[in-house]
Amino acid sequence: MGNDNFLDITSWSAFPWLSAIIFLPLLGALFLYLPSFRPAHDESGWRARNFALVISLVVFSLSIFLLAGFSSDSAGLQFAERLAWIPAYGISYFVGLDGISLFLVVLTTFLMPIVVLASGSVKKDIRAYLASMLVLETAMLGTLLAVDVFLFYVFWELMLFPMYLIIGIWGGKRRIYATVKFVIYTVVGSLLMLVAIFYLIWSYYNQFGEVTFMLSLLIQGSALSIQEEVWLFAAFALAFGIKVPVFPFHTWLPDAHVEAPTGGSVILAGVLLKMGLYGFIRFAYPLFPRAAELFAPYLALLAVIGIIYGALVAWAQSDIKKLVAYSSVSHLGYCVLGFVAFNIVSTSGSIFQMLSHGVSTGALFLLVGMIYERRHTREISDYGGLASIVPIFAFLFLVFTLSSIALPLTNGFIGEFLILTGSFLVFPVFTAIAVLGVILGAIYMLTLYMRTMFGEINTEENKTLKDLTGIEIVTLAPLFLLVFYMGVYPQPILKRMEPTLVSYIEFVETRRERLYSLDMQNKNIAFNADKTLSIDLNGSSL
Amino acid sequence: MSYGTSNAELILIPLFPLLGALLAYLLGLKNRDFSGPVATLASLLSFVWVVRFFFELPSGESFFYSPFVWFASGNLNVEFLLTYDQLSAVMCLVITGIGTLIHLYSVGYMAHDESRHRFFCYLNLFMFSMLLLVLGGNLLVLFVGWEGVGLCSYLLIGFWYKNLSYAAAGRKAFVVNRIGDAGFLLAIFLLFANFGTVEFKELAVSVVDYNNPVLYGLVALCLFIGATGKSAQIPLFVWLPDAMAGPTPVSALIHAATMVTAGIYMMARMSFLFELAPLVMAIICWVAIATALMAASIALTQNDIKKVLAYSTVSQLGFMFMAASVGAYWVAIFHVVTHAFFKACLFLGAGSVIHGCHHEQDMRQMGGLLKLMPVTAITYAISTISIAGIYPLAGYQSKHAILHVLGDTTNPYLAQYSGLLVLLASAVAFMTAFYMARSFALTFLGKYRGHAHPHESPWIMTIPLIVLAFLAVVGGLAIETTLPQHLSAIMPIIGEQQRVTIVEGILLSWVGIFGVVLGLVLYTRLYDLPGRIYAFFGLFSKLLYEKYYIDQLYNRLIVQPLEKLSGFLYKAVDQGTIDATVNGAAAMAQINGEILKVSQSGQLKQYALYILIGAVLLLVFGFMF
Repeated sequence: MGNDNFLDITSWSAFPWLSAIIFLPLLGALFLYLPSFRPAHDESGWRARNFALVISLVVFSLSIFLLAGFSSDSAGLQFAERLAWIPAYGISYFVGLDGISLFLVVLTTFLMPIVVLASGSVKKDIRAYLASMLVLETAMLGTLLAVDVFLFYVFWELMLFPMYLIIGIWGGKRRIYATVKFVIYTVVGSLLMLVAIFYLIWSYYNQFGEVTFMLSLLIQGSALSIQEEVWLFAAFALAFGIKVPVFPFHTWLPDAHVEAPTGGSVILAGVLLKMGLYGFIRFAYPLFPRAAELFAPYLALLAVIGIIYGALVAWAQSDIKKLVAYSSVSHLGYCVLGFVAFNIVSTSGSIFQMLSHGVSTGALFLLVGMIYERRHTREISDYGGLASIVPIFAFLFLVFTLSSIALPLTNGFIGEFLILTGSFLVFPVFTAIAVLGVILGAIYMLTLYMRTMFGEINTEENKTLKDLTGIEIVTLAPLFLLVFYMGVYPQPILKRMEPTLVSYIEFVETRRERLYSLDMQNKNIAFNADKTLSIDLNGSSL
Repeated sequence: MSYGTSNAELILIPLFPLLGALLAYLLGLKNRDFSGPVATLASLLSFVWVVRFFFELPSGESFFYSPFVWFASGNLNVEFLLTYDQLSAVMCLVITGIGTLIHLYSVGYMAHDESRHRFFCYLNLFMFSMLLLVLGGNLLVLFVGWEGVGLCSYLLIGFWYKNLSYAAAGRKAFVVNRIGDAGFLLAIFLLFANFGTVEFKELAVSVVDYNNPVLYGLVALCLFIGATGKSAQIPLFVWLPDAMAGPTPVSALIHAATMVTAGIYMMARMSFLFELAPLVMAIICWVAIATALMAASIALTQNDIKKVLAYSTVSQLGFMFMAASVGAYWVAIFHVVTHAFFKACLFLGAGSVIHGCHHEQDMRQMGGLLKLMPVTAITYAISTISIAGIYPLAGYQSKHAILHVLGDTTNPYLAQYSGLLVLLASAVAFMTAFYMARSFALTFLGKYRGHAHPHESPWIMTIPLIVLAFLAVVGGLAIETTLPQHLSAIMPIIGEQQRVTIVEGILLSWVGIFGVVLGLVLYTRLYDLPGRIYAFFGLFSKLLYEKYYIDQLYNRLIVQPLEKLSGFLYKAVDQGTIDATVNGAAAMAQINGEILKVSQSGQLKQYALYILIGAVLLLVFGFMF
C-alpha cells in the first residue's frame, strides 16, 4: 500500500461493495413495479417516493462506508471486483474505486435522495419517474466505477436511456425537441467513440495477439502511430466534449435543462456533465497521451472561450433556468481548463470544481424548480422584490449565488482558485483571460439576484407567494452545509484525491515519453535497415 | 520560517464578531432590540482582546495562529494562518475601536428600522471579514477578508433593497470591486508561479533574493489594480459615491474608516515588493494625485452632504496612496488612522443631521443647525478643522507628513517632479478645506431652510461623536511620535524625522486656514457669490457638478457594448449560427431521408427493377475488371 500506480489494484474486495452500490438502485427500480406500488394502492405516489428515498439513502450510506474505508494514501484501485463476462472477447465485469472516482461516486449517491425528495411536483406516473432515476443512478455509478472499456461503454450508453425518458415524459412544452437534440448529439459522439474503441482493441490485438477490454492492459499497448492516436483521441474527445459540453457543442444543454423536470436538471448538471470530463481523465488521456498533449492547447482555448462565452450568454438570458444552464457552460470551462493544464494543483481543482458545481448548480436548479412550482413562470421579469415575501428562499438563493460566483469560504472558491493557480503555470495568457470570467460571473448572477429578489414587488401574484416548506428546506439543507464545509475545510477531500492524481499524472507523462522514445527507436531501426539494404546492394554489385 | 509566538487566542478577535453576527440575527428574530446590543458587545469584546494583545506583543515580535491547513495540493500549501504584528495591531485597533463606536451609534440610528437585526448581523459580519483581512498571514486569508468585506459592503449598500437603485448601487460596488479582485488574483498567481508560496514572511524573504524587475513591476501593478477597486482610485472609484445609498453608519465604518483603506494596508503589507518596482510606484503616485484632484474638485459642487463626504474620502484615499507610493508606508497608515477619526466623525455627524432632519440629505434644505444640534455641529466643526489640516489637529500631522515625504522622494521617476507633486497635493488640501467649510456653513450656519423639525440626536449617537472628535484633535500628536518606531520591524521607515521648517508648517496650515475661511465667508456672508462663480465657470462647473460624466462614459464605453455583445452572442452566434447549424444538419438529414424514402415504396415492381439494375451493373463491372 502507498506506492501503487494508477490503475494498479490496491485491494480486492471480499464482499462486492461496488456491485452492491451499482445495482441496488436498479433492483429498487424493479421493486417499484411490485403490486403495492401500483397507483391503485398508492394514489399519491407517497409510498413509491418513500421507497425510492430509502433505497437512495441506503446507496448513499454505502458510499459513505466506501469513503470511510477508502485508504487515502494509495493511488490504485480499491474495493476492486473482477468477473469474466465474455471471456472469448476479453470482456470482463471489472470495477474499482480510486481517488479520481471516489468523490464523484459520493456526489452521485448524495444527489439522488435530494432528487427523490424534490420529486413532489411530478404528477404523471411517479413510479416510472422514480424508476428512471434509479436506473440512471445505476448507469452513472457503473460509468464511474468501470475499468473495463466495454463495461464502461455499456453503462455510458445506459445513462442515455433513462435521461431520454425523464426529459421526454416529464419535461416542459418543448420536451420532444430537447430530448431528440440531446439524444442525437450524444449518440453521434458515442458512436464515434465506439468505432475508436474497436480500432484500439484491434491495434492491441495486433501487438499482443490477445483481445482485451481491460483498461489497465490497454494503456500498456504501444502499437498506435501518432496519427492513429490523434484520430482516436479526436473521436473520444468529441464524445466526451459533447457531454461536458465544450464550446461549440453546448447548444443541446440549455434546451435540455430548460425542458427537463427539476430532478432531471439537478442530475444533468450535477453528474452527467461531469461524465464527459471524467471520460477524458479516465480513458482518453492515459490511452492517447501524445495526442492529448497535442490537443491540450486547443482544448484549453475552447475551455476559455466557454468560460467567457458561457458567462456573456448567460447574462443575456431572460429565463432563470436558461441562465443557470449557460452558467454551467462557463463553470465546466474552468474544469476543462484545469484538467488540460495537467498539473496536480489544476487537476485537483478541476475535480473539486466538478463536485462543487454539482452542489451549487444542483441547488440553484432546485431553487428555480421551487419558485416555478409556485408561479409557473421562469421569466426573470415576472419576479422582483421577493426578498421580503420569501425570506428563507431569498437567503438560500443568496448563499448558492455566492457559492456559484466563488466567494472565498464557499465551495466555489477552492475549485476555481486551484484551477486558475495551476493553469497559470501552463497557460498564463489563457488563465489571465479566464480570470475575467470571475468578473462576468458576478455580473450575471448578481443581476439575476437583484432582478428577482430586490426592488418593489411588481405583481399581485408575487405578494402571496409562500416561503419554502419544511421538506424543501430539508432538501436544500445538506447542500447548504456542503457549501461551507467544502469552502472552509476542503482538505479531507483534496487529500484523498491527491495520491491517485499524482500517480496518474506521472503515469500519463511517463507513457507519453515511452511512446515517443519507441518511435525514435523504430525510426532508427528502419533507418538502419535501409542502410543494411543499401550495403547489401553495394555488395551484390561487386 | 518563524512566525513568532503561537497564540491560539488570536482566533477570538475575528470569532467574536462572527458569533455576534449569528446571535444578533437569531436573537433579533425574537426581539429586534436584542440585535444592536449583542453586536456592539461582540465588537467591544474583540476590541478588548485587540488591546490586550497590543500590550502583550513584544516589540519586533508577532503572534500567529494556524488552526488548520485550509487547502493544499502539490506544492501549494495554504494554511488558515492568522498573524498579529504591529501593522495588524494598528489596523485592528482602528477597526474594533471605531467599529465599536459606530455600532453604538447605530443602535440609536437604526432604532426604528424594521430589519435592524439584519443590519447588525451584516455589520458584525463585516467586522469579521475586515479583521480577517488585516490578520491574514498569507495572501489567501487576506483575500478571504478582501472579498468578505466586499460582500458585506454589497449587502449593506443595498440594505434597503426595496429601492432598486440602492440594490443596483450594491451590485455596482460588488462588480467594480471584482474587477480589482481579478487583478489581485493575477498577482497571487504570479507570486505563486515564481516563488511557490503565498505567505507574507516567506515571500518577503524570497522576493528579495530574486532579481526580476519586470516580474515585480507586473505583480505590483496587478496588486495596485486590486487596490484601486477596494480603495476607490481611478479608474475603479465609481462605486464609492453610489455606495452612499447604504445607511450612514455603514458609510462611516466601511466607506470611510476601514474597508476602503484595505488597499493601503495591502500595499504596506507587501511593501517589500512595491519597494522593488519604482516605475509602478511612480504610476501609483500620479494616479493617486489625479484621483485626489478629481474627487476634491467634484466635492466642491455637490449638494448632498453624503456625496461631499464620499468624494472627500476618495480624495483622502488619494493622499494615502501618495504617501505609500513614495515609500512612506507608515505615513500612509498614519493618515489611515487620523482619517478614520475625523471622517468617521464627519459621516456620523452627517448621519445625525440626516436623522435630525427626517432623512433630508440635501444641504440646501439645511442651515442653522448649530443652535438646534449643538453637539453634532461642534464635533463636525472640529473634524472639519482637522481634515482641513490646521495645526495642531490630527489631520494636520498626517497631511503634513505626506507633503513632506512627497517633497523628499528619491524615486528616480518622481524626484524631478517633487515640487509639482507638493504643489498639486497642496491644491487638493486647499480644496479639501474649502469644500468642508462649505458643507459646514451650508449645514450648520445661517438660517434653517428646510421644512422638518430638526432635533439633536440622543446620547447614544452623540457620545461616539464626542469621542471621535476628541481623537481627531489629539490623535495625531500621540501617534506621530510612536508609529514609525512601532512599525519599523515590518516596513522601511522614511521621513520619520519631522524637520518641521517654519515655511512648510505655515504653508500647509495656511492653505487649510485660507480654504476654511474662504469657504465660510463665501457661504455665510456672500450668498449670491457662489452662484455667480458657478455661473462664471459655466461648462466647467457643470462638468464638476456632473462628476466629469465618468459614469456616463463608462456606461457608453464599457457597460453598454458588453451588454450588446452579450445579446449578440446569444442571438446571432448561439442561436443564429451554432444552433442553426445543428438544426440545419438535422433538417438536411431529414430531407435526405425524405428523398430516399421514395425508393422504399413497397411496390414489388420497383424492387424488381432495382434487382435488375444491380445485376446489370454487376455484370458490367465483372467484365470490365
